[in-house]
Parts: sequence; C-alpha cells; structure tokens
Amino acid sequence: MTANEGWMIAGMMAVTFGIRFFLFALADRIRMAPWIEGSLKFIPPAVLTAITLPAVLLPQGDWQVSLTNPYLVSAIAATAAGILTRNLLATIAIGLAAFFGYRFFL
Amino acid sequence: MNQPESSQRQEFLSGARDTFPLLLGALPFGLIYGAVAATSGLSMPAAVAMSAFVFAGASQFIAVGLVAAQTPVAIIVLTTFIVNLRHMLYSATLLPYLKNLPQKWRIPLAFWLTDETFAVTVHRFQKNDSSTCKHWYQLGSSIAMYLNWQFWCFLGLVLGNRIPDAQSWGLDVAMPVTFIGMIIPFVKTIPVAVCVLTAGAASLLTLAMPYKLGIVVSAFAGIAAGLMAQRITEAGKGAPQQ
Repeated sequence: MTANEGWMIAGMMAVTFGIRFFLFALADRIRMAPWIEGSLKFIPPAVLTAITLPAVLLPQGDWQVSLTNPYLVSAIAATAAGILTRNLLATIAIGLAAFFGYRFFL
Repeated sequence: MNQPESSQRQEFLSGARDTFPLLLGALPFGLIYGAVAATSGLSMPAAVAMSAFVFAGASQFIAVGLVAAQTPVAIIVLTTFIVNLRHMLYSATLLPYLKNLPQKWRIPLAFWLTDETFAVTVHRFQKNDSSTCKHWYQLGSSIAMYLNWQFWCFLGLVLGNRIPDAQSWGLDVAMPVTFIGMIIPFVKTIPVAVCVLTAGAASLLTLAMPYKLGIVVSAFAGIAAGLMAQRITEAGKGAPQQ
C-alpha cells in the first residue's frame, strides 16, 4: 500500500465515519422540534427511492425507458413481487430471476 | 440496560436473520467491487483496507473508478463526503432511539450504519414493544452486513482478474432490486406514497447535479412533499395538526 493510498483511505474513513457519527455524538444536546421528528419517517423511503429510480431508468448513465431495458423489467417484477408477497427475500429472488431470465431468453 | 442476556442475544440474532436477504443483495456488489478494484490500479491491501475501514459500498465503487482515472486524493475524499451525506439523514432518523445509549455503543453503530442495516433496523425501532435492547438488533444486522461485505469483496479481489468483464454481467441489478424490496414496506400511507413519488421524480430531474448530490436534494423534496401530504390528509380528517 502506498502512502497516497493510505491518505485516501484515512480521508475516506474520516469523512464517512464523521457523517455517520456526527449526530450520534451530539445526541444528548440535540432537541428536535416535533415537526422535524415527525418528518423522520419519510427519510428512508425518500433516500432509497432517489438512489433506486435512476439506477433502473438510466442503468448505464443514459435513458432507457422501454421494455428492452432488463433493469426496468426486473424492477417492475420486483415491485409486483414485493407488493404481492410482502417478503424481502422473494422480492429480490423474483427481481433477479426476471433480470437473468430476460437476458438469457431474449 | 438490565435486560437478561438471553433477550440481548435474541435481538442480536433476529437482527442478523432479518438482514439475510440483504446479504444476498450485497453479494454481487462485493464481488464486483473486488473485481473492479483488482483492475483499477489500487493495491490489494488498499482495496481490502477500504472495505474494512470505510465500509460504504457506493462510495467505494466511485473511489475505485476515480483511482483508475488517476484522480487526486482530495477530490476522492470530497466525493466520498458528498456521496455519503445521505447517511446523516439516517443517523437523524435513528437519533431518538439511540440517544440514551453510551458512546461506546453509538460509535460502532455509527461506523456500521449502511443503507441496508438502516432500512432493516428502523422497522425494529418503530415497533411498539417494551424491549429495551433493540440496539442489539442493530448490532446483529451491522455485524452480519460487515462480515458479508468483507468476505465478498475479498473473494472478488482474489478472483478479480479471472472473472472476465465482471461489470458487463449486469450483476449490479441486485442493488435496485434489493432497494425496491426495502422501500415497499415503508409505503403504508398516502403521505409516504406521495413522498416516494416526489423523491423519485426529483431524482430524475436532478441527474445533472455532480457527485450524486441529487440524491440528497431529492430526499428533501420527498420529505417536504410527504409532510405537506400529511398536513392535508390530517386537516381533511379534522385531526389536530402537530
């Protein structure tokens, strides 16, 4: 490992841990307004959706909004499976099966 | 924290067990990270150290790509910062549940805070039961994710040069599929549905923003829309506003 790599990893670790720990460290001193506390429940679905949708519609960085896009087909299958089964493992398995089935047979 | 040890162990184990599907989702990611790192010019010890000490999938990927493009260290660190900003939203969400724990708990739980562990754990914390050791559940999920990630990254590194074109297999589809599975259980009310639709639309409108900054901006758009929808539905029911 070179010195440069060492600095890079130390820097990445510092900022990543810093972000994750910052609020925890101050936890005793932070008092959240009720409306902020009420908004926290929207964070997980909002962040996860903002990561996921572009990965499905622009899998290689450009728009592919058609059923020839296996990422989109797989996402539709996973969404349907998730709503119907309410089971995380089944959702992932069906989404992956749709992707590789589509790629293999079409 | 005077709970019997058995219930701590039980929480720990169910945290690890409930994370199992997400371990599968992270598997191809770890493999591809390893394979890409092996061909990026990053040394093997550095690639292993990055997984062990940074432990943040998305930013590890981006960093390896930037290393291959011979980007200066300062830019890589800055990019990591911006890509991982979303984790601050996660710790804000968990804050009410963890604020009474000593620092010796908060430090490791912060270090291991990933998208997956967060999504699994938040459901556990939101459940109304009297358990006082739900943090053990988070610990179980964290350690399962951590060991799983190290293992697959290492395997990817070892096999790296032997897997031809690992990136073109489309294994990266595991990420959106896993995330869809994580999103669905949250969408139980109209305000959350509004939040998801808004965040999704915003994520497509903010694609031009650099360093995936659009993720954080879109999240705030979704949160604002969800809050507004909540006000409207509550007002419609005549319920007192918060």
